[in-house]
Amino acid sequence: MVAIVDYGVGNLFSLKSSLLSIGEQVIITKDETQLKNADRIILPGVGAFGDAVKKLAENGLDQKVKNLALAGKPVLGICLGMQMLLEKSYEYGEHKGLGLIKGEIRPISEVVPPTYKIPHIGWNALNFKRESPLFKYVKNGDFVYFVHSYYGANCPSVIADTEYGANLTAVVANGNVYGCQFHPEKSGEVGLKILKAFCEL
Amino acid sequence: MITKRIIPCLDVKDGRVVKGTNFKGLADVNSPVELAKYYSGCGADELVFYDITASSEGRKLFTKVLTEVASQIFIPLTVGGGINTVEDFDRVLKCGADKVSVNSGAIKDPSVILNSAKKYGNQCVVLSVDVKKVDGEYLVFAKGGRDNTGINAIEWIKKGVSLGAGEIVVNSIDTDGVKGGFDLPLLERVCNVIDVPVIASGGAGNEKHFVDLFKSLPKVDAGLAASIFHFGQVEIKELKKTLNKEGIPVRI
Repeated sequence: MVAIVDYGVGNLFSLKSSLLSIGEQVIITKDETQLKNADRIILPGVGAFGDAVKKLAENGLDQKVKNLALAGKPVLGICLGMQMLLEKSYEYGEHKGLGLIKGEIRPISEVVPPTYKIPHIGWNALNFKRESPLFKYVKNGDFVYFVHSYYGANCPSVIADTEYGANLTAVVANGNVYGCQFHPEKSGEVGLKILKAFCEL
Repeated sequence: MITKRIIPCLDVKDGRVVKGTNFKGLADVNSPVELAKYYSGCGADELVFYDITASSEGRKLFTKVLTEVASQIFIPLTVGGGINTVEDFDRVLKCGADKVSVNSGAIKDPSVILNSAKKYGNQCVVLSVDVKKVDGEYLVFAKGGRDNTGINAIEWIKKGVSLGAGEIVVNSIDTDGVKGGFDLPLLERVCNVIDVPVIASGGAGNEKHFVDLFKSLPKVDAGLAASIFHFGQVEIKELKKTLNKEGIPVRI
């Protein structure tokens, strides 16, 4: 059973459908017991960092998810969900993240040449930096779908990046805590294979 | 390296895919779910579903079809047609769309771009513009290319981006259905004035037209077409191989 953290941000239809399609049972919840009982947790997210972190905190979900992650439950953050795993973000001000992964969220405009369009939208290749069980069914150079204007900087936990005029953080991992900057639920077969690997952790 | 996107567009009427030439004489082609699966398997980078239904019954059918597609196909989905308000954005996003394309609705009320971008983010808002050259000036046409609004297309596109549109679909009425290639002069004008992704639409007849598009206008991010894909005149798998051979980055 996979629990998708429901904190009122974004549309979870595709994420839920993609997990169902690989044969997983899915629950969308903010209930602590249900999160605790799930085998693994996915932290989704779209929109702005500050709003999302605030909403997550409103329900006390930030601490609950953090505690479960620290207790060893596999957690996967997706897009803004990945960004929230890091220590802080500089998107419209300065905001604290969950701090489960070292690093901070900074605008890609700081590293991407001015001729590149922002946001970074589209299919880009994964460059593996380290081996990971998350990559069990995919290979170096496989394409995944990105939509973002901020990226994980000063992050020693990068296990894959992607080239967009600069090497941008694509996947992070710290023990049982994982994060994808791209959308596995929108990345076709490759995305489904990454979700499948996560569900086997 | 970011890849150029190849996007089939599926015009949906009463739950079925149709495609006309120069927006007239529609012919039923196939089922949306089957076509979406087929395209996803062929390497389409994204799908556009355009609702050309006029009735509320047809609109209900459309959201049903969309939900079905979105629960089985896991690539980005854009929805257009009949989008006039933020509530319309909400209606299709709930059914699994990732982006929403607004056209005549934004001409009537440009604030829909601003308000939807505020609510869902710029990346969610696609401004689709039907353009025709009239007396040497690029003008915006509304209602599926039937009504000349008299609005300058380049100015309208600039305004759309400033209001929050995250992508622009430029559909040339002059080249649409003619299969003589994309409208490169129009696209170049657009690329020169905005810095959000530009999706070229209208006029593709063969693989070479896509090669010409991306080679002559490197700032164009994606090529969109319908009937040539639906009728198999261009196969996406082969098209991508050709683009790759020509040194154009594509997802294979």
